Amino acid sequence: MDQYFYELFTLFLRSAFVENLALVYFLGMCTFLAVSKNVKTAVQLGMAVIVVQAITVPANWALNYYLLSGGSFLPDLGFLRLICFIGVIAAIVQILEMTLDRFFPALYNALGIFLPLITVNCAILGGSLFMQERDYSCSESIVYGVGSGFGWAVAIAALAGIREKMKYSDVPSGLRGLGITFITVGLMALAFMVFNGI
Amino acid sequence: MSKSAKQVLFDPVFNDNPIALQVLGICSALAVTTRLDKSITMAVAVIIVTAFSSAAVSVIRKKIPTSIRIIVQMTIIASLVILVDQVLKAFVYDVSKELSVFVGLIITNCIVMGRAEGFAMQNNAKDSFLDGVGNGLGYSLILIVVGFFRELFGSGSLFGVPVMPEAYQPNGLMLLSPSAFFLIGFFIWILRTYKPEQVEAE
Repeated sequence: MDQYFYELFTLFLRSAFVENLALVYFLGMCTFLAVSKNVKTAVQLGMAVIVVQAITVPANWALNYYLLSGGSFLPDLGFLRLICFIGVIAAIVQILEMTLDRFFPALYNALGIFLPLITVNCAILGGSLFMQERDYSCSESIVYGVGSGFGWAVAIAALAGIREKMKYSDVPSGLRGLGITFITVGLMALAFMVFNGI
Repeated sequence: MSKSAKQVLFDPVFNDNPIALQVLGICSALAVTTRLDKSITMAVAVIIVTAFSSAAVSVIRKKIPTSIRIIVQMTIIASLVILVDQVLKAFVYDVSKELSVFVGLIITNCIVMGRAEGFAMQNNAKDSFLDGVGNGLGYSLILIVVGFFRELFGSGSLFGVPVMPEAYQPNGLMLLSPSAFFLIGFFIWILRTYKPEQVEAE
């Protein structure tokens, strides 16, 4: 039993740091670069990603395992995987938005505009596809969902922190804005590679 | 909004590049560029999907209720991506295996979605198709440039064929993620030095 938890814990660390979705697999880059101008919104978006990721990866796992992989009463529907996953993600984001609006208006107002954005965030779909490609079990997929969401949130919060400080520095005009952000992210990715040996 | 067909097609390549200026579709641009053949396969896939999805969205744009347009667009895009994915699996299985999840991720590639939402919803099918091809080309340009440098310096080869002299020691860092960020950063720098009007205001 201890061994089992140890493995799950390792998976969490690996998905959050070693295989960081943003910095190693470049997923969710569009929002990553667009919404990292200040720390507060970046942290809120990060929280939203953790929540959505933690729900969608296990949900897609169940869908994939029980309906799409063949072996049950249905034939192998693997080719429908993409459209099903994205459908599940869109639906869950929508449901989450309505639930938050009804029961946690404060949280809804904080996350409000970011929730719809998450549907088209590659990190979410990427998480589900990696889960399927690597044949995670049910518990592994839950841990992977939380871990990869957490890693993404850490990365965007860190980048936002750096960009806030960078406002005060004198950047060559051609690099200003997007260019320097790319190079910063590159340096961050370099730093995250330290985790590789763990 | 009346641009000539040529402008619609070629503007996105340099003047309004989806990656360098619109900040769209970066996710997949970086991950697949470790080898040139992977980059080109990906580029072709994205051109096809962007062009046909923009055209399809544009054809039915007047019939889509506004409230569910995202889902309609998503379904069209996802169907096209499944087609591309199946074709790649059937004909170039090795490359498709290496691209792994990134073919599927074309669905959430912001270029496709962004052009469908931003251009195809207001324009006719022909212009939307050209706009899709143009944006796909702009994306391909960066993908191919980055893929070229990463494979050349990272493994000393192009298309898997060694081209660098024997004495060249491959620079492994080029194959890792940070170098992709640096290369795109530099590409943007060069592009903006050449076209100063794209520089962002302070």
